Amino acid sequence: MAVVPKFVGERIKRREDPRLITGTGQYVDDVRLPGMLTALVLRSPYAHAKINSIKLDAAQKVPGVVAVLCGDDLKDKVGSVPCVAPAEHVPYHPVLAQGKVRFVGEGVAVAVASDAYIAQDALDQIEVDYDPLEAVTDPEQALEAGAPILHDEFKTNSVTLASVPNPAVDEAMNKADKVIRFRIHNQRLAPVPMEPRGVVARWEPGYKQLTIWSSTQIPHLMRSQVADMLKLGENKIHVIAPEVGGGFGAKLNVYAEEALISHLAITLKRPVKWIERRRENLSGTTHGRDQIVYLEIAANKDGEVLALKGRFICDMGAYLQLLTPAIPGFSGLMMTGCYKIPALAFDQQMVFTNKMATDAYRGAGRPEAAFIAERTMEAVASEFNLDPADVRRKNFIAKASFPAPTAGGLVYDSGDYELTLNKALDQIDYNKTRAEQAAAAKEGRYIGIGIASYVEICGIGPSALLPPKLKGGGWESCTVRIEPDGKVTVLTGVSPHGQGQETTFAQIVADELGIDIDDVTVVHGDTALVPYGIGTFGSRGTTVGGPALMMSVGKLQAKMKRIASTMMEVPPEQLEFRNRTIAMASDASKSIALQTVIEAAYGYKTVIEGVEPGLDATSFYEPSACTFPFGTHVAVVEVDSQTGQVKFLRYVAVDDCGKVISPLLVEGQIQGGIAQGIAQALYEEVKYDEGGQLLSATLMDYAVPKANMLPHYELLSTVTPSPVNSLGVKGVGEAGTIGATPCAYNAVLDALKRLGIRDLDMPLKPETIWRAIRDAKKA
Amino acid sequence: MLLNLTINGEQRSDNVDPRMLLVHYIRDIANLTGTHVGCETSICGACTVLINGSAVKSCTILAVQADGTKITTIEGMAEGDRLHPLQEGFWEEHGLQCGYCTPGMIMTAADLLARNSNPTEAEIREALEGNLCRCTGYQHIVKAIQFAAAKMRTSKAA
Ligand code: FES
Ligand code: FES
Repeated sequence: MAVVPKFVGERIKRREDPRLITGTGQYVDDVRLPGMLTALVLRSPYAHAKINSIKLDAAQKVPGVVAVLCGDDLKDKVGSVPCVAPAEHVPYHPVLAQGKVRFVGEGVAVAVASDAYIAQDALDQIEVDYDPLEAVTDPEQALEAGAPILHDEFKTNSVTLASVPNPAVDEAMNKADKVIRFRIHNQRLAPVPMEPRGVVARWEPGYKQLTIWSSTQIPHLMRSQVADMLKLGENKIHVIAPEVGGGFGAKLNVYAEEALISHLAITLKRPVKWIERRRENLSGTTHGRDQIVYLEIAANKDGEVLALKGRFICDMGAYLQLLTPAIPGFSGLMMTGCYKIPALAFDQQMVFTNKMATDAYRGAGRPEAAFIAERTMEAVASEFNLDPADVRRKNFIAKASFPAPTAGGLVYDSGDYELTLNKALDQIDYNKTRAEQAAAAKEGRYIGIGIASYVEICGIGPSALLPPKLKGGGWESCTVRIEPDGKVTVLTGVSPHGQGQETTFAQIVADELGIDIDDVTVVHGDTALVPYGIGTFGSRGTTVGGPALMMSVGKLQAKMKRIASTMMEVPPEQLEFRNRTIAMASDASKSIALQTVIEAAYGYKTVIEGVEPGLDATSFYEPSACTFPFGTHVAVVEVDSQTGQVKFLRYVAVDDCGKVISPLLVEGQIQGGIAQGIAQALYEEVKYDEGGQLLSATLMDYAVPKANMLPHYELLSTVTPSPVNSLGVKGVGEAGTIGATPCAYNAVLDALKRLGIRDLDMPLKPETIWRAIRDAKKA
Repeated sequence: MLLNLTINGEQRSDNVDPRMLLVHYIRDIANLTGTHVGCETSICGACTVLINGSAVKSCTILAVQADGTKITTIEGMAEGDRLHPLQEGFWEEHGLQCGYCTPGMIMTAADLLARNSNPTEAEIREALEGNLCRCTGYQHIVKAIQFAAAKMRTSKAA
């Protein structure tokens, strides 16, 4: 029999691809059920208005329409859309507005019909009488006296104020050579997965069983919350996350439609489908970022940073979604970045505004933190006329200090930050590039070099880090089942949607059991099949899901060794899995075929006394700590001073995500991450006007970058295993995004430095740059 | 209205609502769900199919406008079990993650390679102007298309 190769660490083609490249994968919109109806939601055109009346009768009379409902019809029938994160003021959040609308895009009524065209005809017949109210979209204005109040019962637009004071910070400010102060706005972004959200719900009255297909990252957590909203037992709801076309945090949530469509399916006793349209996605799916910080940096002339202080104003939007007020915490805790800055203090004022709720978006708080840390390094370099690379070296946490406690109270697991910086600068040939930059400047050209070193927090994480109301901690689950024919089924609690765990988990299992990767199938995203799991977000799929898998594999290995040991009369400690056998480690010729052991376990040939039959193991892995991937990105850009256009000349990324299971997939994660990070620096912004109208409601106005707007990435890596888990992995889903935003931003600002431009708001659109150049030249 | 056309080699004749978009006809009447909808406003390219060999966003035209045409969708690219070189390229070079944009990308790339058998990276990036991918950052998509171009040139030469 052919020798089984090793799979971990190899560039394996993805096992999920054959169905996706042939158009045979099944996304929510591809679900077809007999008798299925289509629902569409009518949404508010106003940012803030009183609803005087809603007339549904004309819509109800449209032929083919089955039901038309508004918020008042659902009172006491469907519970509030949940926010599980602690906050002082958590408003009631109806699935369809009741009495008042608070942002453009809020659901007001729903029509259910035989198809989407007819449902649209019905929406067109609904008459809503609104009394427009004054809206507030600027979170700083929302806090001022006299600002329109979103939720009258709170008498304030403050959601909550979180403070992490530290008297050492003020001492450092007094002592430092200089205190540098400026304001940063991490602008509001839209996650824009290419597949919008979607829900199909089916009620089987005889069984009293609800099935929900939803484009979600968290099938189990969503099930728990929807069960609450509908007052159904969790064992009466079956959630399926089929093929999910991207999430990026936007689908790490529980949305009104998941409960609303389920309620409709139950009451109408017919399957109902709702597919979000892109305009709804841009207005009614969670946004990310939107944090203002007033930053104070205490620094000495030699570049040493002594303390950081941040006063944050965080725009939560009109309602709180699942984790809305929890996201900014990471921005505060992680704002010292890769640096041994000894003192940190921050407070965070969370604010209601007439906008869609913010929540997790790729990086969720850490991109903001990295941006603050890297702007800090640049500000110190420019203040004291130091090289930005040297300032970073001066402040880096040294390789020898790990595990490294931080001023934010975290403990970084492992790292070698300077190594990634040096590697990136070597690759770009830093000194030569600086010389070229100077030569180009003489010709009147604007070339800039941007550096960003980042560290981020992944593998979240110990359960104590997650709010109890989430009904699931930071652990992950996995069942591994070796079937009687020797094929292996892995049932994981994570819910990948592009990350590729069907491949990485199969690689791990194949190596551990000495079998072929084709003999392993990974199943996910189905609450009737997989044990209760937490899902895919925060770069936790392999970091937390992987060790859970290892635990179950380990249990089966131990059992099979016991069986083999009895059959071979060799102590189990001397056995290992190799090439479809269990063999003696010291003498491979003494072996037993794996299949023989499997058959014995199932008791259909030999029965081993004292061994429980079957080969099925379930484990729940609780991580002892978080992991902290890191890296350095360096970009070289040229700014066209006539047009304000930015062109990338080079983009180098050195990332360290610990041990790598699937190098090809890691590359993919980093590249996609960089694209989204650059997009924040240069292109994207969710824009509301002062009256709360959404100006970025189509992909024409919201600038998701195209292929020709992004550079060719040069990817390098270092490998610093994490001591936290058995695989040594750290997570890689968000790293690219976190490194890329400050890197691209710093590059552009470096190009504009000789004009005296020190500070611009993102995104650095041509218009922004062109105006800044014009004003600088005037001055 | 009666609509006659050929999809992936199969002749069809269907009665369709005159206001129905071609993409909905393909997905809901012809039951070919590999063609996706990402925006309905002709920007994302997820709905791209070939009409008489040219890439067209099927959300921008009515089904009845496609009367008498030959349409190829992603389901029509492989010959039995033999993948089209573009499908191979996307698999080989990890040109997809969530896969939602992939059918549209492949159809646009098929149109490009029919016109230009050896496109440069810049030409590929230009050609993909009407197709958005949120997952990959595009670099592996570029490589996937180059892989297919090379393979198609060799098989032509042979
Ligand atoms: S759905 Fe046709 S271009 Fe987006
Ligand atoms: S692979 Fe997900 S959008 Fe392209």
